[in-house]
Amino acid sequence: MDARDATNWAKRVSTLNVSEVPAGAVNLNVEGRRLTSPIQGFGKMWQKTYQVRLPAERVSPAELIATWKQRFPDFWPEGGTFYGPLTGIAPGEVALLNMTMPGRMKLSTGVMVLYADEESFTLMTPQGHMFAGWITFSATERDSETVAQAQVLMRASDPIFEVGLTLGGHKQEDRFWNQTLTNVAAHFGERAAEVDTQVVCVDKRRQWSKWRNVWHSSAIRSTLYTLGAPVRAVRGRFGEQQPVG
Amino acid sequence: MSEATATFEVRRHGPASVVDIRGDVTAGSEEVLMGAYDAAGDARAIVPNFTELSYMNSGGIGLLVTLLVRVNRRSQSMLAFGLSDHYAQIFELTRLDEAIGIHDSEHEALAAAGAV
Repeated sequence: MDARDATNWAKRVSTLNVSEVPAGAVNLNVEGRRLTSPIQGFGKMWQKTYQVRLPAERVSPAELIATWKQRFPDFWPEGGTFYGPLTGIAPGEVALLNMTMPGRMKLSTGVMVLYADEESFTLMTPQGHMFAGWITFSATERDSETVAQAQVLMRASDPIFEVGLTLGGHKQEDRFWNQTLTNVAAHFGERAAEVDTQVVCVDKRRQWSKWRNVWHSSAIRSTLYTLGAPVRAVRGRFGEQQPVG
Repeated sequence: MSEATATFEVRRHGPASVVDIRGDVTAGSEEVLMGAYDAAGDARAIVPNFTELSYMNSGGIGLLVTLLVRVNRRSQSMLAFGLSDHYAQIFELTRLDEAIGIHDSEHEALAAAGAV
């Protein structure tokens, strides 16, 4: 007999496969990468919870999650683009992320939809992402309010990202998810909703055995890709001028 | 999603504590799961029994990761048994199987823990 949650989970995959690249998206650091849980990460382990409350009579948890799934890229804050799968947020689907980091550095990565049901969905990161772990978006009814929540369980993937998170990256991430929840609340008519943030360090220890994760770093590879753009342009032009046949 | 709908009963077998899990494991199970872990005491190995697990969402998997951190912090090991094919696949997908020893039976798990 199938488990009740059988259709909510992604099927087992050894590496990620991007079936279709949306126009304008850079498919870098996703194809062929393995998923990473917090167990495979390098840095301290954090659980960050961001919550916003809405009147329950305005939107139910199931309605909120259905909208969040459907319009996920619309709630994404400025400074990056979430190229959602064409089929929407569904278990096993892969989405591409193109972000602009401090210093105008471009960073290309992605996520896979690990789990999705009527009241929650979870995105999991691949090798090379800023962090190893997952983000669960959920909604529950509490005291006549619908509480929308984003919860991140993560470790920085490698020593470089760990330094970046310590030197302002955590604050930037907090602002990012605060803005996301503010956008969700505004969509349902709550333009001045306050976002509660709770940050717990689950494990203060760094996993030094994972320092080699830096090999897959999306920051390094995206930078190399950007630096190589002129060379690729010249090669392309040269290739076009080659006689055919 | 936030209500506890699972029970966790602890049985001591020498240096190992078996935790019998029944019901639905979600983020709402945190308090009872951590209570069970505290009840497991100073066991050298924590051995969750998933035979009677009927449902688990991503919040439940997150709880297992958090439990694993506590287990590692106390230099204990974590071994599991009773996983259906479905949940074994989820352990592979989330790569929990790289940190938790998966065994086919209680006897095998306890043997690996040095408890038989």
